[in-house]
Amino acid sequence: MTSEVLHPSLDPASNRLCVIDCDIHPKDSIDDIKPYLAQRWIDYLATYGTRARHGFQSGFMYPKSQPQAARRDSWPPDGGLPASNLKFMQDQLLDFYDIEYGVLNFLSPTGQGVQNSDLSVAMAYACNEAHRDRWTGPDKRLKASIVVPYEDGAASAKEIARLAGMPDYAQVQLLSRMSELAGKKRYWPIYEAASELGLPVGIHVFGYSGWASTNGGWASFYIEEMAEHCTSCQALLTSLIVEGVFEQFPKLKVVLIEAGFAWLPALGYRLDKHWKKLRGEVPHLKRAPSEYIRDHVYVTTQPMEETEKPEHLLQIMDWVGWDKILFATDYPHWDFDDPRYAFPTTLTPERRRQVLSENARKLYGFA
Amino acid sequence: MARRVVARAGEIEPGARKLVEVAGRAIVLFNIGGEFFALANRCPHKNGELCKGRITGLVSSPEPGVYDYTHQGEVIRCPWHGWEFHIRTGKSWCDPRTMNARAYDVKVEKGAMLVEGPYVAETFPVRVEDEYLVIEV
Repeated sequence: MTSEVLHPSLDPASNRLCVIDCDIHPKDSIDDIKPYLAQRWIDYLATYGTRARHGFQSGFMYPKSQPQAARRDSWPPDGGLPASNLKFMQDQLLDFYDIEYGVLNFLSPTGQGVQNSDLSVAMAYACNEAHRDRWTGPDKRLKASIVVPYEDGAASAKEIARLAGMPDYAQVQLLSRMSELAGKKRYWPIYEAASELGLPVGIHVFGYSGWASTNGGWASFYIEEMAEHCTSCQALLTSLIVEGVFEQFPKLKVVLIEAGFAWLPALGYRLDKHWKKLRGEVPHLKRAPSEYIRDHVYVTTQPMEETEKPEHLLQIMDWVGWDKILFATDYPHWDFDDPRYAFPTTLTPERRRQVLSENARKLYGFA
Repeated sequence: MARRVVARAGEIEPGARKLVEVAGRAIVLFNIGGEFFALANRCPHKNGELCKGRITGLVSSPEPGVYDYTHQGEVIRCPWHGWEFHIRTGKSWCDPRTMNARAYDVKVEKGAMLVEGPYVAETFPVRVEDEYLVIEV
């Protein structure tokens, strides 16, 4: 008969898992942020609501495969949406996996991408304030991303400067779908503020750009949207590189969140090949494009590509850089990664430790 | 190996499921139209708890635009990544060669038989007049 399979211990030196989770999605409601919104905006939201940069009134761009795109076991037993309840998040995620630190990325409400730019600014401020009350204050393991009204670079820089230095915040949060490619100058005040103040810029996939989800138009299926993040993040990263963002802000660190990473080496090869012939078009680039990727770009693991042969995944990780890969669960979403089972068993304990906690500890300056 | 009495047959309605612990293993019992099946509660992909998944049928398509919906009520989808497993066999739809939920054979036995046989009853009394689910672990 089969023998019992034991849960592999991640850190053979001790029984602690030593996990830093770089992508957790807590859920707030408009009511949660109201204490920090002016009455003018509370009335506005009640009367007009928010308007994202897309052509429909409400709902997701594509129907998710599970309600709220969440693990079916993540709905709090006392009611409410997945990850809206800190106690249940502690039980199911933070305590269960013995997570040392969790980086919080917020999807809605945040004010990010809201078309009324003054409302976008007001909501981002209110959310950042509420996040201390609801998450980072009550549980010191949790570190919030600063949500910024990214279409307004100057207002975003102001919000970053207001909060940088507080231990509650780990990075600045952008989404992959903004109104223009991420390297465009309108966003440079964000990169300037973040890099000067020592905060990485995390770019999480999704959002509503107003553009079709693929560069060939609107796809028919959710599976296309899920796979499309590879190509759109290639375009986004190419823009950051060739616009000269990393030349202008040499201390800038960018974290690509939930974008996968098997496409990174291919992009590096392709850009380097063309750069050798087209360098004169972008003379502000002092180095081969792939060198900017290696020096400035971090990736989170979930949902990383699953190669047929485990060694292929390790080779890709080797190209990306063992110091640049950050473990993430994506809790409470349905494509959650369990830190015990996410990686090939052939990953050495040293590299496992780097990916599961040490890289994030260093990048975010966690104790 | 022991044959273990794990539940009363009457407590799991058709279409329903029940999570039980048998000799330290979490096992989900299913009733499909009066037939009983048992799967380990661990998804072989990444260990989601199968008992918390949704029971569905199987949609397939012989060609684009044509859909068949079969095996209604016989497929459990993992609550995490949505892998589909045939409840009768534990086989996954996408990768039946390597990715299968551990299936256990379930027998329905009369209480009168169990009182005498070499069975290990779990934490409930066995009554002669009822029917019970028995699996070998």
